[in-house]
Amino acid sequence: MTDRLHHWMLNADSCKIHVTNLKKNFGKLEVLKDINLDVAEGEVVVLLGPSGSGKSTLLRCLNQLETATGGRIIIDGHDVTDRHTDINKVRENIGMVFQHFNLFNHLTVMDNMTLAPVHLKLAAKEEARQRAQQLLCRVGLEDKAQAYPSQLSGGQKQRVAIARALAMKPDIMLFDEPTSALDPEMVGEVLAVMKELAGEGMTMVVVTHEIGFAREVADRVIFMEGGYIVEQGTPEELILHPKERRTVDFLSKVL
Amino acid sequence: MISIVQVYGSMLLTALGRTLLMTVLSLVFAMVIGMVFGLMNVGNNRMFNCIGTVYVDAVRGVPLIVLAYFIYFGVPAGVQGIGFAGFRLSGFQAGFIALSMNCGAYMAEIIRAGIESVDRGQMEAGRSLGLSYGACMALIVVPQAVRTMIPSIINQFIITLKDTSILSVIGFPELTNVGKTIMGNTFKNLQTWAIIGIMYMIVITILSKIAKRIERRVNHDR
Repeated sequence: MTDRLHHWMLNADSCKIHVTNLKKNFGKLEVLKDINLDVAEGEVVVLLGPSGSGKSTLLRCLNQLETATGGRIIIDGHDVTDRHTDINKVRENIGMVFQHFNLFNHLTVMDNMTLAPVHLKLAAKEEARQRAQQLLCRVGLEDKAQAYPSQLSGGQKQRVAIARALAMKPDIMLFDEPTSALDPEMVGEVLAVMKELAGEGMTMVVVTHEIGFAREVADRVIFMEGGYIVEQGTPEELILHPKERRTVDFLSKVL
Repeated sequence: MISIVQVYGSMLLTALGRTLLMTVLSLVFAMVIGMVFGLMNVGNNRMFNCIGTVYVDAVRGVPLIVLAYFIYFGVPAGVQGIGFAGFRLSGFQAGFIALSMNCGAYMAEIIRAGIESVDRGQMEAGRSLGLSYGACMALIVVPQAVRTMIPSIINQFIITLKDTSILSVIGFPELTNVGKTIMGNTFKNLQTWAIIGIMYMIVITILSKIAKRIERRVNHDR
């Protein structure tokens, strides 16, 4: 483990995300067995692993779309596994991007982006619209504000989804296989937006199969299998010089 | 046939009006019932699920005519039994309650199915933005569910309209009941029931056409 990693581990208090002994069962199936993970502010963490390894479940536990069976998850000092925590308040600061975009199909792009900020009274309507328009410019879709999701390509939908999450001004962004449902020629445009976001210092946890993205953008790469974290390190350590047999096997299949 | 129309025309139209009024009133109330029990059935709350299921199964498991008799005769008898001697329900009141309950059970199923037809990801996306379950339902899921529900709701409207004829047995003077009266006066079985049948048919055909048009408009918007 590098010094840098070690440093993050020790300073749990300064962590954006602090996970200890996380367990998640679906009925009798143990999907997450004993996960310990710290993510520092501004860090970009990529989760790799075969399907069924629990990486998406881990991500969904972070904002409690899946309730943890055991263990604790502290986000920005709030224990989200505690029933008394106002989870909606915590979620306002955690943006999430889904594999299948999940744009609100009955609303225009603009309304998709302003619905939550306006309803939650984080911004007045006009202010929210202005911010949404700025974000659309950032993701290169300034002319799509009045379009409906069904009129957009997959890559455009995902960029809107990222912009929608950013409209809440989150300090953490979670990405659940954001490019897996895209046609190959559209993957690049989405990754470019994510890369830019990482460059601006956003704390990000990304589940992806894009090894190239992991190598280029991640501060740390985590390899999961069978509900455990098998190995983690910098992209160079984990992708170029993996130590664990299972990591080597996995990488030999995807590279 | 013409003589029946001449003599009983206004009576038939009044009866048709009562049929339509009963249908619309019951349907509106059934929507409320359906919304309550339908939403109970989609949530993850065990107790609510249980209440919703029991209501839907119980009401759907009883023929409307039996439910109408139960509310018209049975309930007042019970209430009188516990000391309210003068209590009774009019044919209209009992009919309205029975029809609303019956239609409400089907409406609950339509609403449940409509909500479940909306992809789970829509709710998850809403929740991930910090919106509450209720806000997600109201702002995201239900507006999308309504589109898929509209054809079924119109279909239920037509079924309920036809079901009002069952209320003739508890003395509510709707179209079928008036048909019986005319039959009793004229003994013209063929003509009377042909007229009644045609009246139902005309109204329902018009409604179906309107329904088609609404459906097309809704689908066009998507």
